[in-house]
Amino acid sequence: MQENDSFQLGGHSFTSRFILGSGKYSLNLIKAAVEHAGAQIITLAVRRANTADHENILDYIPKGVTLLPNTSGARNADEAVRIARLAREMGCGNFVKIEIMRDTKYLMPDNQETIKATETLASDGFVVLPYMFPDLMAARDMVKAGAAAIMPLGAPIGSNQGLQAKPFIQILVNEIELPIIVDAGIGRPSQACEAMEMGCTAVMANTALATAGDIPLMAHAFRNAIEAGRSAWLAGLGRVLERGASASDPLTGFLRN
Amino acid sequence: MPNQFFVDSEFLSPAALKRKHELENNPASRTDIMTYLPGMEVIKSDTREQVMGRVASYDASQFTAKDVLRALEHENCTIEDFQALLSPAAAPFLEQMATRARRETVRHFGNTVYLFTPLYIANYCENYCVYCGFNCYNHIRRMRLDMEQIEHEMKIISASGMEEILILTGESRSKSSVEYIGDACALARKYFRMVGVEVYPLNTDEYKYLHERGVDYVTVFQETYDAVRYEQLHLAGHKRVWPYRFDAQERALMGGMRGVAFSALLGLADFRKDALATGLHAYFLQRKYPHAEISLSCPRLRPIVNNEAINPQDVHERELCQILCAYRIFLPFAGITVSSRESASFRNGIAKIAATKISAGVSTGIGDHESKYTGKENENEGDEQFEIADSRSLKSMYHDMESEGLQPVLNDYLYL
Repeated sequence: MQENDSFQLGGHSFTSRFILGSGKYSLNLIKAAVEHAGAQIITLAVRRANTADHENILDYIPKGVTLLPNTSGARNADEAVRIARLAREMGCGNFVKIEIMRDTKYLMPDNQETIKATETLASDGFVVLPYMFPDLMAARDMVKAGAAAIMPLGAPIGSNQGLQAKPFIQILVNEIELPIIVDAGIGRPSQACEAMEMGCTAVMANTALATAGDIPLMAHAFRNAIEAGRSAWLAGLGRVLERGASASDPLTGFLRN
Repeated sequence: MPNQFFVDSEFLSPAALKRKHELENNPASRTDIMTYLPGMEVIKSDTREQVMGRVASYDASQFTAKDVLRALEHENCTIEDFQALLSPAAAPFLEQMATRARRETVRHFGNTVYLFTPLYIANYCENYCVYCGFNCYNHIRRMRLDMEQIEHEMKIISASGMEEILILTGESRSKSSVEYIGDACALARKYFRMVGVEVYPLNTDEYKYLHERGVDYVTVFQETYDAVRYEQLHLAGHKRVWPYRFDAQERALMGGMRGVAFSALLGLADFRKDALATGLHAYFLQRKYPHAEISLSCPRLRPIVNNEAINPQDVHERELCQILCAYRIFLPFAGITVSSRESASFRNGIAKIAATKISAGVSTGIGDHESKYTGKENENEGDEQFEIADSRSLKSMYHDMESEGLQPVLNDYLYL
């Protein structure tokens, strides 16, 4: 790994490219997961953090880790904005991952509403990371609206199906100047590695860890895979031929001039 | 109808007793269950038709082991798969169903389990539902808490650490008006982060009013989707109007509620058809209102005050488990609540397979939380709706769920 291989979000520099989710598993495993993942950013659902003294998730997140509150539960831009502001009032900082869903079955993100919320929150001083369906036009609008990164889904959330949307994510990697952080659908370390090999800036995973037999060990596996994928990207992948082999002597070598 | 439901109270007047017997024995003396009463809103909806059409043609005995295995192999459970999973042919595959259900539960909810408690604020009722402890002909201690008493109860519950509450009443518009319920819910918002109601069905504007008073979730039990059986069990009162009850969840969503819960009371009729109807009711409404949060309950009949003979009939724990697994596989995203009608051992087990929400610190009586939580005697209490089978406190439930490897969650909600 190259030294000083960091990326920027809202003026902050991060060297870990693994963003850890904190949902769906026991609170007392969060600390171990963060440590094994080497994560510097952890997401949390504001609606779950908005609890009384009893077992507040915030108490389980190690100090020094950047909180990335998400707006899960929001059905439109207005609700997402209110949740983000509540998170800031709760002391969760000014990072926010926008999640807006109007479908409780598949939890698909609503790109249009997400663009609106991005604009409002970015102008309100938030570092906005919109979770979105990988659509180039929507991503461009989010960039214009002030997003700090773009977080396309790899596959339906919680599905562990990997990079089903790979070609569309690749387009975002190619065309969008902001960090592309793959969120949702990553089910195994090899898929996270693949996302990094494509040139994504970072990967977020939650269900893949939460449903693992050994959560801290899986966090460690993801860390290694993400670092491997990043190194491969930096090294420059060898070319892959579509069909046939490449002759070591060029076929056109006989040409004299 | 089985006589197990009919109990005459010596406290009833001769006129009341005569009317009761007439209702029980002479169907012609009862009103038409399909005719709306004045003031009941009629909405334009095809949901009932969609659900009941499929239920009417369902013959559980037609499904084979092959159908069940095919259903378990499908990544997406179709309506036909759901029907197979509810059939007797699925019984030998209960362990496989549980394995699949657990996979879906973990995938969608992780290892979390949500805890809540109900608060009954009144037990007056104008209906004669023969299996219910609150029915108007059952001689019980009736009570309606005033706001001061409600707040007292809420403080005690809140002090236990509970953050989600479900407000319940008997079905009496005259004794428990919509405004009364609204006032109680507004009070509840002072002490709890999530407030749901389980009260008599309302019109859309009334649900909108309750939503404005802080309610976000509405539970209505259809009791049974078998209209013929429904007619025989709900002999008097506004609850007799079967279609008005059926459309309650849709009116609640039209009134702005975030989520709705569905249920049949298992043991009243053919439980497989009732489970099918419950699942389809939730399924079709979610398709129509994709933003709605959907949840299912699965109560079984329980003994009531003055009638110990009431029981869940042919719905034993294995059948209940089969139903819950089928619900989970068919509707993997839906919440599933298992109430204190079930034993501690059943709830501990099912929370690891299909359930996502369980109650704790439960009383189905009126104004008795202080005596139940602290042991302080109080003569001024109303009787319970039914006997509970799991009386664990929040603290005890929290500990037990952790011991089962689950993460208890007291609040996962934001009012927006």
